[in-house]
Formats: sequence, C-alpha cells, structure tokens
Amino acid sequence: MKATTLEAHADGRGNALLRFAAPQAFFPLAGKMIPWFAALAVVFAVGGLYVSFFVAPTDFQQGESYRVIFIHVPAAWMSMFLYVVMAAWAAFGLILNTRLSGMMASAIAPTGALFTFIALWTGALWGKPTWGTWWVWDARLTSELILLFLYLGFIALTTAIDDPRRAERAGAVLAIVGVINVPIIYFSVKWWNTLHQGASVSLTKAPSMAATMLAGMFLMALAAWMYSFAAALWRVRSIILERERDALWVRERGGGA
Amino acid sequence: MLRALRSIVARDLRLSLRRRGDVLNHLVFFVIVVTLFPLGVGPEPNLMRIMAPGIVWVAALLAAMLSLQRLFASDYADGTLEQMLISAQPLGLIVVGKIVAHWLMSGLPLTLLAPVLGLQFDLPQQALGVLTLSLLIGTPVLSLIGAVGAALTLGVRGEGVLLALLVLPLYIPVLIFGAGGVAAMANGLGAGPHLSLLGAFLAISCVVAPWAACVALRVAYD
Amino acid sequence: MLEARDLACERGDVRLFAGVSFALAAGELLLVQGPNGSGKTSLLRLVAGLSRPAAGDIRWTGEDIRKLRENYARELLFVGHANAVKDEFSADENLAVARELAGRKSTPLERADALERIGLAARARLPARYLSQGQKRRVALARLCLAADTPLWILDEPFAALDARALATVVALVDEHLARGGMAILTTHQEVAIATRLRHVIALD
Repeated sequence: MKATTLEAHADGRGNALLRFAAPQAFFPLAGKMIPWFAALAVVFAVGGLYVSFFVAPTDFQQGESYRVIFIHVPAAWMSMFLYVVMAAWAAFGLILNTRLSGMMASAIAPTGALFTFIALWTGALWGKPTWGTWWVWDARLTSELILLFLYLGFIALTTAIDDPRRAERAGAVLAIVGVINVPIIYFSVKWWNTLHQGASVSLTKAPSMAATMLAGMFLMALAAWMYSFAAALWRVRSIILERERDALWVRERGGGA
Repeated sequence: MLRALRSIVARDLRLSLRRRGDVLNHLVFFVIVVTLFPLGVGPEPNLMRIMAPGIVWVAALLAAMLSLQRLFASDYADGTLEQMLISAQPLGLIVVGKIVAHWLMSGLPLTLLAPVLGLQFDLPQQALGVLTLSLLIGTPVLSLIGAVGAALTLGVRGEGVLLALLVLPLYIPVLIFGAGGVAAMANGLGAGPHLSLLGAFLAISCVVAPWAACVALRVAYD
Repeated sequence: MLEARDLACERGDVRLFAGVSFALAAGELLLVQGPNGSGKTSLLRLVAGLSRPAAGDIRWTGEDIRKLRENYARELLFVGHANAVKDEFSADENLAVARELAGRKSTPLERADALERIGLAARARLPARYLSQGQKRRVALARLCLAADTPLWILDEPFAALDARALATVVALVDEHLARGGMAILTTHQEVAIATRLRHVIALD
C-alpha cells in the first residue's frame, strides 16, 4: 500500500483558521490539552461533590435525596449541548469537507450518549423517593430518553458503515436532521405531557435554591465540561491514529509498522 | 420541470402496480398490528376508545417504516439509482417524485383504511374524521423523513433494523400531534391546534427532508 | 473537451490509484486497462461524477464537473456494471425511462429501431425478468443507439456477456460515435477492433 500524503481539500489553501483542521496539526495540540482538561475535570468534580454533599443544606421538602440533582442537572445540560456541538461539527465537515470535523463529531457522540444515560439514571434515582416510582412520563425525562435514541442511532449508523469517510458524512446528515428535530421533539413531548397529566413536580419548580446549591451545581457543570473536552479529544486522537495509520506523519511517530 | 416530476412519479407508481403484492402486504400488516392491541390489552370498550387513535397511529408508523425499503433499495440494487444521480434531471426533483409516489402507495392507502379500523374501536364519527385528517397530513411526513433514513442506510449492514432505529425517534412528533389531535377532540378540546402543528411539521419536513435525502444519496455513492 | 488532472481514488483505507491525468478531445477514445481491483470501475465512476476523487479534478469544457452537475450529466451517457434494467418493465419501457432520465424524449418508433439494431426486437414487450443476462445487458446498451446527440460515452465493460453479433453491433456503435466527433471512455478485458487511431490508453496497476 502506498504512503499517502492525505491533504484535506480545505487545508491546502493556507487558511490559518483551518490549519488545525488538519489532523496532523491537531494531533499534538490535542495531546497537550488533554492532561489540563482532565486535571481541571477532577478538581472541579471534587470541589463540586464536596459542596453538593457536605456544604449545601438539606432540602426541607425532599430531604437528602435531592442531592442527586447535582449530577442529574449538569449531565442533562451536557447531553443536550453536546448533541448541538456534534451536529455543528458534522455540518462544518459536510460543508467545508475538512477531515477533522467528522472525526470530532464521531468522538463526541459516545460522551453525549454517556451523559444522556447518566441523566436518565439519576433522574430515576431521584424519582423513586420523590415521586415514588422509578420512571415518570415527565416531559423532560421523555425527551431525554428520545435524545438517547438519537445518539444511539448516530452511533449505530456510523459503526454500521465500513468506509469511514462515508460513515462520517452519513452521520453528519443524520445529526443535522436530528438537531433540527430536537426542539420539535422537545416541544411536542412537552405539549403531549401537559395534555395528559396534571402538574408534576418539576426540577425547575423546586423551591428557590440556596447560593451554595447553585455553586455546587455550577462546579459540577464545569467538571462535566472539562471531562467532555478531555474525553472527546482523547477519542479523536485514537480516531486520527486509526484513520491515518498509513500516513507518513503517523509512521514517523513510530505508530505504524 | 413539472413534466419531469410527473414522469418520475408515474414511473414509480407503475412499478408499484406491477408489484401489487408489496403494497397490499403493508396494508395487511397495518390491519394485523391494529388487531393485536385489543387481543393484548383486553377488549374493554372504553379503554379501546381511548387507545384507538394511538393504536392506529403506531401501526401506521410501523407500516410506513416497513414500506420505506421500497423507496430506494431496488433502484440501488439494479443500478437505476446511479443513473438517477447522474441524470439530466436535478436529483432533488427525482427524490421529491419518488417520495410523492411512495406516499401515494403507502400513506394514502393507510389513510383511507383508517376510518374502517376506527369503527372497530367504536370511535365517534367526529373522531373518525379527525383521525383521517391527521393521517392525511401526517403520513406525508413519514414518507419525507423516511426517505432520509432510507437513503442513509442504503447498502449498509443490518439495513432494516438500522432504518427503524434512525427513523422512529424522528417520527415521534407526528405520533404525538396526530394521535393527540384525536384524543383532544374526544376530550372536547378541539383538534385544531394539533392539526396546525402537524401541518407546520409537514412544512418543515418538505424543506429539510428532500435536501437531506439528496445529500445522503450522494454520500452513499461517494 | 474532457480533462482530468492528478486524480486519486481511495476505497476505505486503500488507495487504488493516484496521479491519473488525461485529456480527451472530440473523436477520441480512452481505453482504461488493468487487472481486477485496480480501480477501473472507480475511475469511470469518478469521471461520470458519481463519486468524488480523493484528490485532483475533472473538467468539462474548462469547468469543474461537480459545479456543472446536471449540465454535465446532459452531455454524458454512462453504462455501468449494473444494467439499471427493471425486471418489472419491458425492454421498451426500460429504454423510455432511461431516455427520460437523460432529459430527452423518445418516440416508440425510435425505441423500436434501437431495440431492433441491438437484436431485441422480438422481445421488446416482454418483462425484463424473462430476459437472459446477455439480453439485459443489451437493453442497457440499446441506449447507445439513441444517444447520437450525447457527446461523452462512458462504458464499463460494455462487451462482457455479449454474443458475437451483439459485440459487433456495439463496436460499430462506438465507431460511429467517434467518427461523428463523440468521445468514449471504456474498460474492457477483450481486445476489440475499434477503428479509430485517436486512442489513449491508461493502464492501472
């Protein structure tokens, strides 16, 4: 097999903005950033957990069980946000045809799915003591479940296609259609929910939060962000290596035989 | 332009008529799924009346989804699709034509059959009307969104299940607005808002889906 | 005028070929040769605009074919590996559909002549499902008889599965096309006697 130079169509034009869109330029940069993001994630998580579990006051209605929302809410935020980011990378890749964008989208998907799953799991944990049941067809929980389906669909599609370029581009189309659909789904589920059941306890309607609670939530959200950066970058590095194992720059690093 | 569109629709319709079995099979599938629910849940008339719109709509989603493989797969297999991709007609036009033909052979028959099934559940006449109307507005969305899924999964491993996995979550708003409209009617709320929202969703799909399906088809050959 | 510069093609991780360039002017023939799996079909699909090259570009009358899209497609006749013949349609209907996709009308008489020439007159109304492999191939190639006004022909293994008579017909069709100033690109395993001296050969390895 011949060694390939593998210049993307876009990065040969000397556009400074797109310089890091070339995998070989991005690879070392990502490698340098990962430890920082990982360390920050640990710091924020430790701080956030400490504040959430030891500093924040006990909720006088819900007791100690409410503390799960310190994980639940940031995870839910992150799950939705990551889908949008993923779709943005996908759209970027589809339009500009940069190699890195598609890889980023694929790298983000598992992290997004993970956060969606955490949000659902903790939602159930919170629901049991609060509502007396593991699952309620609450608008948020239901939308979150559908979001998980969308993530799983994206992952299933991209892994089912053997040709990585086609997989990325097909995934991109799906992510774009999905991201247009997400608000519609959310709205429709909310609409459906208000018609079908009366008032249910909702997270946002919880009594106004104490400042320490907010601080805990904020720290946990930051931790989730940092973790997402670290995980996505780490995954994108593996994807780059796998995809470009025959490229000269990878072999010069001693990666390939 | 319109002439070209008509000739594409006509071609696909003619093809469907030569494979009448396929079209009929999907209709029979639709009827069977609807029939399974009373058998599974119990024939309590009040419960059935409440569940009827949801049951009919879920069955319609499944039947429409199964028929999606007709849309591009056979043209992909025999090479017609590659001729379409490099056709002198714009690909968008061809895709729209195929979607229209698909709807005429799947969504429309389902819509026409639905009132009969509704009678089985003792739905009042007004609710029957709303159910049919909601299917009339909603089934084109199923063909539109479905076309994107069908194009994305062309020639992919485990095509059928994957298609379901991709398309069904995207169908959820149709299900909610469609079945919800009938339920709202039964509760005396009026189905207007639901049907308008369904119409809005149809409008959005008309813009986005053909474009996305075209891109997906080009990707499948790249 | 068709020009390809520095084409490269990748399938998955494998690079099939790189640095393929050629130019084709009116009346010229391009033969693409090479063993199985060397990328002949892939090259033809790139030139037809079905897939995009990993590197390089293809120009028709000086413009990128991906920009021209339908305007390029109108000038192009592509007969691929797959026949694009529907089992449910008769040879005549298949031909009519193919002409419509090419953006041109055809009369029943023209189609009858075309099928006559390719040796399918007796089976023109039969659903293609009852035709043999070679006969289906001939249905696909019948388009050549109607494509005198289409300057660029791209034919992938046009002579495979044909009997001696049909082969002679197709060779004659290509000859006529080149003689009236058309261009043709084809892959073949057989050595066939195409009269033109204006031929280029690309050998892929």
